Amino acid sequence: MHETSASHAAHQHTAPTSFIRKYVFSLDHKVIGKQYYGLALLSVFIGMVLSWLMRLHLGWPAWPIPMLDKLSAVGAPQGVMTPEYYLSLMTMHGTIMVFFVLTNAPFAAFGNYFLPIQIGAEDMAFPRFNMMSFWTTFVAFLFMMAAFFVSDGPPISGWTAYAPLSAVGGDAGPGLAMGQNLWAISIAIFCIGSLLGALNFIATTLDLRTKGMSLARMPFCSWAWFVTSVIALLAFAVLLPACILLILDRVAGTSFFIPAGLVLSDKLQPHSGGSVLLWQHLFWFFGHPEVYIAILPSIGIVCHILPAFARKPLLGPRATIGCMIAIGFLSYMVWGHHMFVSGMNPFSATLFSVPTLFITIPATILTLLLIGSVYGAKMRFTSASLFCLGFISVFISGGISGFFLAQPSIDIYLHATYFVVAHFHFVMAVASLFGVFAGTYFWFPKMTGRMMNEALGKLHFWLTFIGVYCIFMPMHYLGLAGNVRRYSAFVDDFLIPLIPVHKFITIAALITGAAQFIFLFNLIWSRFKGPIASENPWEATSLEWSTTTPPPFDNFGGKHMVVYNGPNEYGVQSSDGKDYIMQTSPEKAPAS
Amino acid sequence: MATTTLPPGADIALDDHGSGRPPEVSPRPGHVTKLGPQAQKSETGMWVAVSAIGMSFAAFTSAMIVRQDASTDWQRFQLPHVLYLNTLILLASSVTLELSRQRIAAIPDAARHAAVSAKALLASSIYWLYLTAALGLIFVLGQLLAWRNLAAQGLFLATNPSSSFFYLFTALHAVHLLGGMGGLFYVLRKLVRSGGAGETSGLSAFSIYWHFMDLLWVYLLLLLAMRM
Amino acid sequence: MGKLFAVAVTVITLVSVAFFVMHTWWMPVDISTTGPAIDHQLEETMTGSGLLFLGGQLLLGLFVWQSSDKNPARKIKIFPGGANPLVATAIILVGIEILTLTFVGTKAWGAVNLAPAAVDSLHIDVQAEQFAFYFRYAGLDGQFGGLHPDKIDDGSGNYFGLDPANDVAARDDVVVGSLVIPVNRPILLTLHSKDVGHSFYVPELRIQQDFVPGLEIPVHFTATQTGKFEIVCTQLCGLGHYNMKAYLQVMSEGDYDQWLKGQEGQ
Repeated sequence: MHETSASHAAHQHTAPTSFIRKYVFSLDHKVIGKQYYGLALLSVFIGMVLSWLMRLHLGWPAWPIPMLDKLSAVGAPQGVMTPEYYLSLMTMHGTIMVFFVLTNAPFAAFGNYFLPIQIGAEDMAFPRFNMMSFWTTFVAFLFMMAAFFVSDGPPISGWTAYAPLSAVGGDAGPGLAMGQNLWAISIAIFCIGSLLGALNFIATTLDLRTKGMSLARMPFCSWAWFVTSVIALLAFAVLLPACILLILDRVAGTSFFIPAGLVLSDKLQPHSGGSVLLWQHLFWFFGHPEVYIAILPSIGIVCHILPAFARKPLLGPRATIGCMIAIGFLSYMVWGHHMFVSGMNPFSATLFSVPTLFITIPATILTLLLIGSVYGAKMRFTSASLFCLGFISVFISGGISGFFLAQPSIDIYLHATYFVVAHFHFVMAVASLFGVFAGTYFWFPKMTGRMMNEALGKLHFWLTFIGVYCIFMPMHYLGLAGNVRRYSAFVDDFLIPLIPVHKFITIAALITGAAQFIFLFNLIWSRFKGPIASENPWEATSLEWSTTTPPPFDNFGGKHMVVYNGPNEYGVQSSDGKDYIMQTSPEKAPAS
Repeated sequence: MATTTLPPGADIALDDHGSGRPPEVSPRPGHVTKLGPQAQKSETGMWVAVSAIGMSFAAFTSAMIVRQDASTDWQRFQLPHVLYLNTLILLASSVTLELSRQRIAAIPDAARHAAVSAKALLASSIYWLYLTAALGLIFVLGQLLAWRNLAAQGLFLATNPSSSFFYLFTALHAVHLLGGMGGLFYVLRKLVRSGGAGETSGLSAFSIYWHFMDLLWVYLLLLLAMRM
Repeated sequence: MGKLFAVAVTVITLVSVAFFVMHTWWMPVDISTTGPAIDHQLEETMTGSGLLFLGGQLLLGLFVWQSSDKNPARKIKIFPGGANPLVATAIILVGIEILTLTFVGTKAWGAVNLAPAAVDSLHIDVQAEQFAFYFRYAGLDGQFGGLHPDKIDDGSGNYFGLDPANDVAARDDVVVGSLVIPVNRPILLTLHSKDVGHSFYVPELRIQQDFVPGLEIPVHFTATQTGKFEIVCTQLCGLGHYNMKAYLQVMSEGDYDQWLKGQEGQ
């Protein structure tokens, strides 16, 4: 047989045999995707427990939390949290959730597993870089976890690590010595892992699409992963320099971010000059695109999954892709909206506000198209589709609050209040995670060969859906009342009357958190005991459903897939009496 | 649902590369009009990598500009003259790299034109690659000399923001260059083994990186010269 | 299941909106001249967003309810007009709202941050540090003394690092832990930080501004009501961040003059 150059390139690595090569240092994108998912799963439970600890302290500050003194005798003597330990837990909660959960799960985990399959490739473009990117991310995770165990504790400067608090070292307070060093090193290493991953996604999407898989025929989530990887490449390429400069300020005596004349712990700091706002600009130049890295893959996943359960095509497929690209592009122009009251030039505020408001337009289009896709559907209600529908609802809620914050005049009042906390939790923690849940319920059969339990899945959905509204909707009211964020306790006159609301939120958070164990149980139990899944249990169109369940090592068993249709052929009359046409089917959909 | 695959032996190289358009047929059979898949994705990957590196140096550049304008403590100093010599050396290494690539590219035709044998071309190109590596190494050593010059003037990493950025930029560039040299030896090894089949050696992708390092250095030199 | 979802979304939406409309938890009374414009902006945005929120959620609920009809003979329907009406609606609706809010909002923002302070403003110097605010008045000579960080000594109350021994202007500077101001008088604060980032937030004044180490940042306002209000720190500054506050006391002109005389006497 004439071994063509493409198939030669495709057989870049043969199937591994040893345990280490199969499950640990694997070059197979499917294994790497599962590894990322596992890391994200571990991280989200850690992050969730941290949030419980925070909420318990906010509701009942004097109540000793059982076993907390075992985690840190200094941070929680007799189980009662010190103010600095609250800030440590808060910093780690934000950092772990944003980096190790929201950048990993919807993007690195599902993207790694499914992008090559969805475009008909045998693996990612650079499998060795892919393996390196996961293990680099894992090393970053270890450094981050180490911060819990150093004597001074984890850093207390928030996931945003503003200078000079994060840059001067131990004089600024507890948790700002070794803990902050470990944090900065961890994030720098994380940047490298993410850059490697993004590079792989881009090269794979551009070069490894199989015959007939034009860009226009790519599934929506593949598009989302592609746009996200471009954003990630440029964003993490800015965070890494910022971390390097921060580390140098901390250990090498430089003054990038620390101005002259500061007095901390009664000591005049020796720096000769430095720009505090420089850190904020560098950080948010990364930080704003980062939040779109967190949400875009979930938007893509929902756009991919919903039509399969609505049994009709996604409305406006080209507009959907156009909006994703527009959001990716605009995401680089808005970072200053985190800095309206930061002391930067007030004229810049207007400059940043306009594109921030403009991003509302593609986001609104996406939402309306999703709602319009539900219109007239013959909806199949499963755990996966419920989370897609729930996504639409929470994305609306989260997006609307952004509208307020985008305006500098209103942001004067709402900045640094719980209104902001409500906004970003709705869009990131809730909407993005809903996309991950939907993806899990949808793709679990393909990844493991077994179905998840639907009854447990629906229970998980309802408890979570009601729960997140109980947790985060009240935070808007708190913000409007002026409730400042990042406070470890509420002692001010105007805050004390709001404590009952916090207690309500805490209880809701504990219940909603407990509900996630239903999901965890379902995942593990179904992995071993779930009913065997067929090749295409959801009657979906994209390429992952055209291969065995789970897919073989090289994804398609040596076959070179040919693509004839786009991913959106639902609700069409096919020649064999079905209501959908798969991408690999030579049959063309009748023109509508 | 019948999923259709191409029959075994079908020439994927002539497929539509996912574009959905009819595949182009090469006018000269055997002549490579498009890059094969391996070289194509290596080049794509390299352009992507180069974009990321460029972006991070852009971030450092804006950091420097902001820092310089933030306070009055910026002290200018004389750039060590060896930097200019180093620049010429690095530029020369790009020339030697291209000379090497020319020889590799001539190998497929060498069978027909017996003036120079394929073996001689390969040997010659490998020689030029070693020269490129040597020039790269000399560049890095030259940078170390520049550092010593600065240290002799009492300018260290934390002495002044200007010296901080000097060390930072030159060190980061040198680190990336050394990484590139690692890549160069990887390419050399593959070339020797493949006997000159340039497509699979990664030489084209490598040259993107190396020339970028060159351009990046020229940019950094101008930046440092203007601002310090 | 679909009907349950529709009901849940509807209930959640109506309950949420109710709390917003009823102002169950709301902004405190506004006591500044620039406040009404901001409050107006907020109300406008609340109305517009509220309608979008209601519309989006209820429409979602309605379509989900309809899509749950299990009649096997039912055929799927495409949204009338396809994607185009929705895209157009989004662009036009949101576009108009954006333009309106930007126009009106720029005035509100400008009044606070772009307009210069009144010429006859009462100038007060504010220092934020871990974990307190201190306020400095120029004293009888109307001049502020120079600041010397190396002379800062909290123990002896020299929070600002004044050098009265060598600096004449510093000798009569009044340093206190509360911000005391007369009502209806333009105030100009100059914010600087001793150590890390802090922020100055008085909800009633509708003012929030970060203290940025290395910078001197002006904030101006005019208070329209007397009373005692809280100034709280809103930029994470360390373990005492939650407890970092000072009181703003707005007094009548007479009371303020009396208070100032008392301070200058010391």
